[in-house]
Amino acid sequence: MGKERDVRLTQMTRTAGCAAKLGPDILSQVLGTIPKYHDDDLLVGFETSDDAAIYKVTDEIAMIQTLDFFTPVVDDPYTFGQIAATNALSDIYAMGGVPKVALNIVAFPNCLAPAILGEILRGGADKVREAGAVLVGGHSIQDEEPKYGLCVSGFVHPDRIFRNYGCKPGDVLILTKQLGVGLVNTAVKADMVSERSRKEVVQVMTSLNRKAKEVIEEYPITACTDVTGFGLIGHGAEMASASNVTFEIDVKAVACIQDALSYAEMGLVPSGAYRNRKHTEAHVDLGNTEERYVDLLHDPQTSGGLLFSVAPEHVDAILQDMQKKGVDTRVSVVGRVVDRQDVWLRLKA
Amino acid sequence: MITVNAMGDACPIPVIKTKKAIQALTGSETIEVLVDNEIAVQNVTKMAKSSGGQVTSEKLGEKSFKVRIGMNGVAVGTKCSEEEKEEVCIPDARGNTLVVVSSDRMGIGNDELGKVLMKGFLFALTQLDTLPKTILFYNGGAKLTTEGSDSLGDLRSMEAQGVEIMTCGTCLDYYGLKDKLQIGSVTNMYNIVEAMDSAAKIIRP
Repeated sequence: MGKERDVRLTQMTRTAGCAAKLGPDILSQVLGTIPKYHDDDLLVGFETSDDAAIYKVTDEIAMIQTLDFFTPVVDDPYTFGQIAATNALSDIYAMGGVPKVALNIVAFPNCLAPAILGEILRGGADKVREAGAVLVGGHSIQDEEPKYGLCVSGFVHPDRIFRNYGCKPGDVLILTKQLGVGLVNTAVKADMVSERSRKEVVQVMTSLNRKAKEVIEEYPITACTDVTGFGLIGHGAEMASASNVTFEIDVKAVACIQDALSYAEMGLVPSGAYRNRKHTEAHVDLGNTEERYVDLLHDPQTSGGLLFSVAPEHVDAILQDMQKKGVDTRVSVVGRVVDRQDVWLRLKA
Repeated sequence: MITVNAMGDACPIPVIKTKKAIQALTGSETIEVLVDNEIAVQNVTKMAKSSGGQVTSEKLGEKSFKVRIGMNGVAVGTKCSEEEKEEVCIPDARGNTLVVVSSDRMGIGNDELGKVLMKGFLFALTQLDTLPKTILFYNGGAKLTTEGSDSLGDLRSMEAQGVEIMTCGTCLDYYGLKDKLQIGSVTNMYNIVEAMDSAAKIIRP
């Protein structure tokens, strides 16, 4: 084990994790040129900017298919494997499904010790097992930058799919993981990170959204998505616009990783946060929110939590169930849904 | 005046260079940071302000910007500086220690007390500077990695840091806990013996 741990995986890559996503502008441009398919059994396609495809097999079973991979966000190969797998599995949970079968997607340089790849795959495999799914091989290519992820298939009842639209005015917005992953990872790169935030960010990135999903499927939630590369504001604005409503976010109520706000203050802000801000600025009212909170709410998350909306009478019971179930990330009530206004999302100090 | 050239540097290097320049100051001084993109301007500005500097910036050309930082006296400490570590990468915080947990109770005597002690023991493990490489659970110990255990949070925090957590499969079967495993992997007697044989040190609560 000794020698391969001297390798810094994050130094082999220019962008990391979900911050390595193509910008939302580029994406919508390119996807517009791809013909749309029509099939009555295709329940969710990419026209609704959802994270996965859902195909109805029978009246009781629909198959969810998703794929996600990225470059290393941490130096430890085992942890990187866990994070990439947790992130890929999350798309299934965000749709309300149960992951069943996973395949590895690997890019790996010839110059690195094979044992490092072994550790990455072991990390991924452990998470797939924790999710209760099976991992059966995959595909690998030689590449200068290491990359890892999963293609996952899962099942969901066709009537119980979580959609990323359908929020109703009066609903409450809940987020199941604390924010700040991109900020803390930038502080790690800069060697300015505190021990406690270094630990906390790994815990956040490796926590499956499984338990949170198992809690909320027992309640009539109105919409759900997972918060990843576009940050809370990006994914929130998308959900609000798709639901034709406006989100009010209580800035100070959003849970964040320890010290993340001071990293924002120190300028350890990933470029993805600025990109996200630019992409949504026409549709978001930042009010007079302090700059560090603005950065936090645009911060790209790797393997972030679920953001969902639900009628206020269920909130207390949901929060209690999250605790009972042992959800070990911080769940916070981040705001509310109101009637459609001139912006999709408004920050409240 | 001090000039910091961060042209061509990717995020967060301009911020690191600026921070070093600010920390090296001994009195009032002006620092000029040259960067090639807008994001670096914003990040360097944040860094300088959080250190108590007066900041202005200007665009010199298409891909050329100057951030001017006026420091009156020595920089105020940034919030995390006292916690700064010297390591250049995420250190492997695991020693080659094996912890063997063969019961859900610690010590012999009162069972209630034994359970409380075991919970305390597993929590205390999380606080070690050097975490164990592996924690092995067998016989009654299997109750600690399964549903209903009070120690799952502590075990998870260790697993997140790379500690390997293994539970004896025969024992899970025996106690009917096979479907209730919440953390780590299932192991067999060969792996158990191998882990014990290769450990530098074995701890038994």
